[in-house]
Amino acid sequence: MAAVLLSFLVAPIVMIVIVSFWGATEYSIYPAFQFDNYEFLFGSSVTYRVFLNTFKYALITWAFTLVIGFTVAYYLAFEIRSLKWQIALFLLCTIPFWTSNIIRMISWIPFLGRNGLANSTLISWGVIDEPLEWLLFSDFSVILAFVHLYTLFMVVPIFNTMMRIDRALIEAARDQGASAWQSLTHVIIPLCKPGIMIGTIFVTTLVMGDFITVRFMSGSQRANVGRLISNDINLLQYPSASATAVVLLITVLIVIGLLLRLVDIRKEL
Amino acid sequence: MTAPLDLELISLTKRYGDALAVDAISHGFKSGVYACLLGPSGCGKSSTLRMIAGHEGVSDGAIVLDGREVTHLPPAKRGTAMMFQNYALFPHLSVRDNVAFSLRMAGIDRATRHKRANEMLELVEMSAMAERKPDQLSGGQQQRVALARALITRPQVLLLDEPLSALDPFLRIRMRSELKRLQRELGITFIHVTHGQDEALALADEIIVMNNAKIEQAGSARDIFNKPKTAFVARFLGGHNVLKLPQGQIALRNDAIQVTAQGAGRMDGRVIGVEYQGAHVTLTALVAGDQEATALVPDHQFIETPKDLGEVIGLTWDDQNAHLVSA
Repeated sequence: MAAVLLSFLVAPIVMIVIVSFWGATEYSIYPAFQFDNYEFLFGSSVTYRVFLNTFKYALITWAFTLVIGFTVAYYLAFEIRSLKWQIALFLLCTIPFWTSNIIRMISWIPFLGRNGLANSTLISWGVIDEPLEWLLFSDFSVILAFVHLYTLFMVVPIFNTMMRIDRALIEAARDQGASAWQSLTHVIIPLCKPGIMIGTIFVTTLVMGDFITVRFMSGSQRANVGRLISNDINLLQYPSASATAVVLLITVLIVIGLLLRLVDIRKEL
Repeated sequence: MTAPLDLELISLTKRYGDALAVDAISHGFKSGVYACLLGPSGCGKSSTLRMIAGHEGVSDGAIVLDGREVTHLPPAKRGTAMMFQNYALFPHLSVRDNVAFSLRMAGIDRATRHKRANEMLELVEMSAMAERKPDQLSGGQQQRVALARALITRPQVLLLDEPLSALDPFLRIRMRSELKRLQRELGITFIHVTHGQDEALALADEIIVMNNAKIEQAGSARDIFNKPKTAFVARFLGGHNVLKLPQGQIALRNDAIQVTAQGAGRMDGRVIGVEYQGAHVTLTALVAGDQEATALVPDHQFIETPKDLGEVIGLTWDDQNAHLVSA
């Protein structure tokens, strides 16, 4: 276990950190210990804009996956009474995962395109006269794809914590005069916190580390940190890519650290 | 029957699909009694309680509380409060917030909430634990908190669903005397569901024995124990022999049977079990018709005339102690 972690997790990270201090010319990279990569990174306004954009994607995606994921989990856990149906519907939720991320992403393109299904349907209904330009290759399509791809990562942990809530607690709340809404906000949501937190960590790290979704769904018109790194790699600027990766890693760790401050997962598990 | 009726069940029925869980039972509870619904599991006692509480829909019939029909009201609007089997305390809230939960739901301000919660905690002697979370409490302490939480709504009727079953035997006896004390102090009606006849006999002013979705017999603890109407009641309460005799089926308390010499009693039997239990000895004998009869013999008497396995003895009893029962 330790050997696996060491060779597949710690060693690559150490390597990236080392390379991030190397130097590079247009055609070569050379070992060194200099802060040029970091200076360039922090000196460029692009970096800040791209990081901000990455946070924006993470935040909006998180909000949508949380609301949708919580609703789906709630329906599965509390509205479906028989265990058989719960399992069946839960498996149904996972069926999209039998195809790859990229295929699921790409299949949005003919739907959202200028002459795609969505636009032609809306036009035929007379809702719009002109095709909507912002449906595809926009922030909208990027976030739509993110939400589509990652909602299940919110559903699973929340469903799991919900299933462990003693149903007598909800009856007790009702007995104490709580309305359905009050039971939700005073009993169910507080008890789901660990699940919400785990789902949040999944979604945040996945969205912040992603580059392919942003590239495909924005038609290369939007950027996030992942794309910054992948561009550097395409240009063989490994030291610069490493420096960006290190900053991203630290940022994500800080975010997770802050989240863990809010809920002590170890205690709640 | 001068005391006013507090709670009345009128041919109350619960069906789950085709299965009948509670079959048109009718009963009136007097105000301020400690009543036990007693019966084996699956007899409908819990469904009855949950219908009174409003956690189970009523298929047919009505529930009247203090002259007001409450059959279809939500639980909190009935004037009842329920204490759940495993107490159902909210694990994320402190003891005080658990007790004050209903006040919070009603939108009462924090200061008032805490003041009243503290009063309730004092009543159940849990003031020192107010800041703790439920998982830091023992079973008995959790039960006190659950009681305080149920009582803070000032219910007319407190419904207890097997409140003692989660406790160890020692604590069970202590908590049951505490329940009784609280009920006397508060003077409200307690309806307590249990499958333990000793619990029911110890606590209840009134016992309602249920079986197969129906009430078998209702009455004071003493009436039920001394004059069981049916063979089921006699057997379920324990301490009774149910014997089929030529004149019919009779219930006879174990301690009402005297052991005599062979041929000198009303019937003879062969001893198949001798158990020493301190103050008395339990003798089991096989009598005519392959029936078992159990007699409690005071220990000094047993030492004077010891009986052994396989010995044939006579059994006798006073007619006034034998009650005809229906099957």
